Amino acid sequence: AAVTRRLCILKGIYPHEPKHKKKVNKGSTAARTFYLLKDIKFLLHEPIVNKFREYKVFVRKLRKAYGKSEWSTVDRLKNNKPTYKLDHIVKERYPTFVDALRDLDDALSMCFLFSTFPRTGKCHVQTIQLCRRLAMEFLNYIIASRSLRKVFLSIKGIYYQAEVLGQPVTWITPYAFAHDHPTDVDYRVMATFTEFYTTLLGFVNFRLYHSLNLLYPPKIDGQADVELKPAEGKEYAMDSESYLEKLSALSASLARVVAPTHEDEVEMDEFPVEGETAEQMDARKKEQEALEKHKKLFEGLRFFLNREVPREPLAFIIRCFGGQVSWDKSLCIGATYDVSNPSITHQIVDRPRVEQQVVGRYYLQPQWVFDSVNAKLCLPVADYFPGVLLPPHLSPFVTEQEGDYVPPEKLKLLAMQRGENPGDGRLRDEESEEEDEEEEDDNDKEEEEEEEEDESEKEEEMKLKKMEEQKTQGNKALPVKVTAGKLRLEDRQRLEQEQQSEEKRLAIMMMKKREKYLYKKIMFGKKRKVREANKLAAKRKAHDTAVKEEKKKSKKARRA
Amino acid sequence: PYPALTPLPSAPLQDIRNTVGNIPMEWYQDFPHIGYNLEGKKIYKPIRNKDELDMFLEKMENPDYWRTVQDKMTGADIKLTDEQVDLVHRLQKGQFGDVHFNPYEPAVDFFTHEVMIHPVTNRPADKRSFIPSLIEKEKVSKLVHAIKMGWIKPRKPKDDTPTYYDLWAHEDPNSILGRHKMHVPAPKMKLPGHEESYNPPPEYLLSEEEKLAWEQQEPAERKLNFVPQQYQCLRAVPAYSRFIHERFERCLDLYLCPRQRKMRVNVDPEDLIPKLPKPRDLQPFPTTQALVYCGHTSLVRCLSISPSGQWLVSGSDDCTVRFWEVCTARCMKTLPVGGVVKSVAWNPNPTICLVAICVEQSVLLVNPCLGDKLLYGATDQLLESYVAPEEERVQPVQWVTATMEEHSKGVRLVIQHSKAVKQVTWHGKGDYFASVVSDNSNMQVLIHQTSKRWSQNPFRKSKGLVQCVLFHPIRPYFFVATQRYVRVYNLLKQELTKKLMTNCKWVSSMAIHPGGDNIICGSYDSKLAWFDLDLSTRPYQLLRHHKKALRSVAFHKHYPLFASGSDDGTVIVCHGMVYNDLLQNPLLVPVKVLKGHVLTLDLGVLDVLFHPTQPWVFSSGADGTVRLYT
Repeated sequence: AAVTRRLCILKGIYPHEPKHKKKVNKGSTAARTFYLLKDIKFLLHEPIVNKFREYKVFVRKLRKAYGKSEWSTVDRLKNNKPTYKLDHIVKERYPTFVDALRDLDDALSMCFLFSTFPRTGKCHVQTIQLCRRLAMEFLNYIIASRSLRKVFLSIKGIYYQAEVLGQPVTWITPYAFAHDHPTDVDYRVMATFTEFYTTLLGFVNFRLYHSLNLLYPPKIDGQADVELKPAEGKEYAMDSESYLEKLSALSASLARVVAPTHEDEVEMDEFPVEGETAEQMDARKKEQEALEKHKKLFEGLRFFLNREVPREPLAFIIRCFGGQVSWDKSLCIGATYDVSNPSITHQIVDRPRVEQQVVGRYYLQPQWVFDSVNAKLCLPVADYFPGVLLPPHLSPFVTEQEGDYVPPEKLKLLAMQRGENPGDGRLRDEESEEEDEEEEDDNDKEEEEEEEEDESEKEEEMKLKKMEEQKTQGNKALPVKVTAGKLRLEDRQRLEQEQQSEEKRLAIMMMKKREKYLYKKIMFGKKRKVREANKLAAKRKAHDTAVKEEKKKSKKARRA
Repeated sequence: PYPALTPLPSAPLQDIRNTVGNIPMEWYQDFPHIGYNLEGKKIYKPIRNKDELDMFLEKMENPDYWRTVQDKMTGADIKLTDEQVDLVHRLQKGQFGDVHFNPYEPAVDFFTHEVMIHPVTNRPADKRSFIPSLIEKEKVSKLVHAIKMGWIKPRKPKDDTPTYYDLWAHEDPNSILGRHKMHVPAPKMKLPGHEESYNPPPEYLLSEEEKLAWEQQEPAERKLNFVPQQYQCLRAVPAYSRFIHERFERCLDLYLCPRQRKMRVNVDPEDLIPKLPKPRDLQPFPTTQALVYCGHTSLVRCLSISPSGQWLVSGSDDCTVRFWEVCTARCMKTLPVGGVVKSVAWNPNPTICLVAICVEQSVLLVNPCLGDKLLYGATDQLLESYVAPEEERVQPVQWVTATMEEHSKGVRLVIQHSKAVKQVTWHGKGDYFASVVSDNSNMQVLIHQTSKRWSQNPFRKSKGLVQCVLFHPIRPYFFVATQRYVRVYNLLKQELTKKLMTNCKWVSSMAIHPGGDNIICGSYDSKLAWFDLDLSTRPYQLLRHHKKALRSVAFHKHYPLFASGSDDGTVIVCHGMVYNDLLQNPLLVPVKVLKGHVLTLDLGVLDVLFHPTQPWVFSSGADGTVRLYT
């Protein structure tokens, strides 16, 4: 059973739900898993089955030799330890590279999780090290290709979304804390998955590195360092440390050492390709421009990370968008400049207040980096000063459809992206530039339309009110031509509406039973959606009023 | 080479040797002496009468206290000499007891590597050192055999191929097999929403009640698998304790969940609504409530209208029958009948002015004396012209002429049944009428002939509880509705022609299209079945418009309209067009929901009735009113 499970995991075989459960299950409807017969046959033909058998035999022999204390036999057996490779399975499961990229989400999340495991127990040290290496290599690629798009700080971990060769790849990394390993988790299953995922990720990394003309096992290039930055990196590379240690140092302090060497090559590579595509489509060109702008979000900015902020994710993100980053030398190798460096523009801190502030740089909380990346522009810094109550951190993965609840912060953000002032952004017409992208644009339009409707309604109301006022005044003094016609017009409209709704109700009565059921289900779903949105809106309103009152009270208290 | 141990400082001469031998000294613990001397006298222990305080004082005062030990053999205190203390120190340090012993003397190489001229022994070499070893041969041959048999494998050559290479260097389109096309890729994990943020907008946080509800839900039923939480800063965010769990569950999903392509119904709900002709185009039909006929004090069970359409009769639970003028809603006449009126029916023949009324066990034939005097005079004459036949015939009921008192009220004939009568209905010609008795025997349905004052029981056998009966308007057919079936009898041939399955649980009422080819049945399970008699014995359409039990249904005589009244207090008027073309199915469109009756005792509309000429509908309700919609 264990072998079958492993095979299923490695080969990606999943159970099937039979069409007639009773027929298949000898008349019982008990829950059972069913595999297709051809899938099982497919598994049987797998050459790796023999390898598994060999390994089993090897383990048995080894145990026997140990038991008999035949050390020469043990040596001999160990020399001939059977190994197996999963290359062909990777190739078979993902016949094209794009297929592999599409399925990369789980592989990355798993590798990042395993790379944070302690080096003892649970799984092999080699696996952990391999995961760490592969994950770091992948991060280096993302930095080099500048393909990070969205980041999100959730309570579970940090989500990243990158666009690798046109495929969105999302992964989550846990916050850097020790795990308390749960007991109800089968680590063998996870290890089998990881085995496959590491193989997959290795090949993907290789291919990705080569697509950017980078050496694959990434090397710290001393010359490039000299050319670009004769700083810590060089010193490090010159150190007479063994290659392995150097490599591990690279993975630990990734961003500093490797990425600058790659950047030049990347841009050389990418420009002609982009030029070609831009000529083809005008709209696409605009999109590309926005994308380019997004990629260079932090270009020219110099960051310094205080020791209390998570170094790895922030360094990764900042480098992905072209910023320069450093940290305390004692925190990790690879620091390039000091706190006292006057060229630092932003210092990321996460403490209530900073004692000695240096003039000429912003002291910001880490959320600013994340929000700026998601907003595709450098947000105003005032909201993110240390000790300030932060604005809510919104998920960049949500695209609100029509009728969904949109939190007011998001509206503000969208307005800002359109280039409006956050203050009066809501009451503008839709004549603004349409340089925004994709769905967001649609969203905006819808919202604006809604606003327009609201406005028109309001206008009508105002008119009516005016008329009434005029009426009352007219009775007293002026011979005004009372425009009662409009009133009647509305009445007629209402009548018509009523009639239409009644017609609809009657037609619904004539529906067939099945269709009526479906219709009611759909309508129920819609209503529930609306209800949820209303609930959220009401909650927000209540919260806002509560906050306002609190403010007022505190003001009064201050005055008194 | 050990130096002689320095002798222990000899005890003073007068000291008594211990004579007890090598025994555990505890044996003498409780005695004042230790052993015996040569004379056999006890050797006493030295007196120890020091208490704690003395001990302490001695410890403080005696400078040699630290080197004083007690000799267990004699019980005496002994002061250690300097040499003895030194020895103790050395032993404690793990050194040799002897001061003069040097553990690091230079090693003398007795058996050197240098070959000496003279052998140590002069023994000649063994023969076995010149011939090949048998044991080795055996071992080698064993190894050879093992290699030959493949038990021992030569060391594998090292695999030189790098672990990672360009796997997709030659992407072969042929390698995309049917497998890959059939493969259902695992759905990606759901992307996080605003509520998962470490600092979400305040509306996404759960309130106390929501949190409680969340905790009480089953983990599988929860919409969110976490409780949204707000942290002031990134520093405060803790590790997520279920991270490994979630990854593991994802792994399980990946290899244990059956995958299936599901077609999502992506239907616009508006498309599901059938396209029907607009009610506006199907006018005329009643739309608004025009008149309310008030007067009854209890629920009005039944209605009937005169063929001219001028008079309306209603029977109620307050034991009266009232006659109304339709246009003015004026009560022309009130006839107390002394019992609950179950059914009234106006004679459809315009030349006869006669109303049949069911009161308990009898059917009254009443001449309301309304309208044309000639007409109702003629009716009276017609009734009086009856001549009793010579021979008395056995009848299932008794025909009784009304008494004078009754006659003055308008009652002309009383037909007394054996059981309570629940429905009466006229034949189109106005001579015959049928009554339904609530009974279980074959005597449930009786057909009466007014002119001959003669009744007969058409059925020999009971086929179930008869709910209502109906005459065909043109042909000699007779419809009998039992709980679930409607039977159609041919009166001429005296046989069953058809049996209609209503698909309802309990039929309440029935009406026939004036054309005679379509009937509708209302049922207590709030369904209305439309039968096309030419088409099938099953309903052409089953309409579930009402929310509660249907009490009555009615067809209009001229207009393509039918109406149904229900316990939910509404009357639904439908357009029911029947085409002469047999190929075209009837068109049924609900056109109006009429409301007005107040629900009393969970009863709404009890009877509906169309005006014979106008597109008007009457309804009588449990609230004691009759309403007219025009």
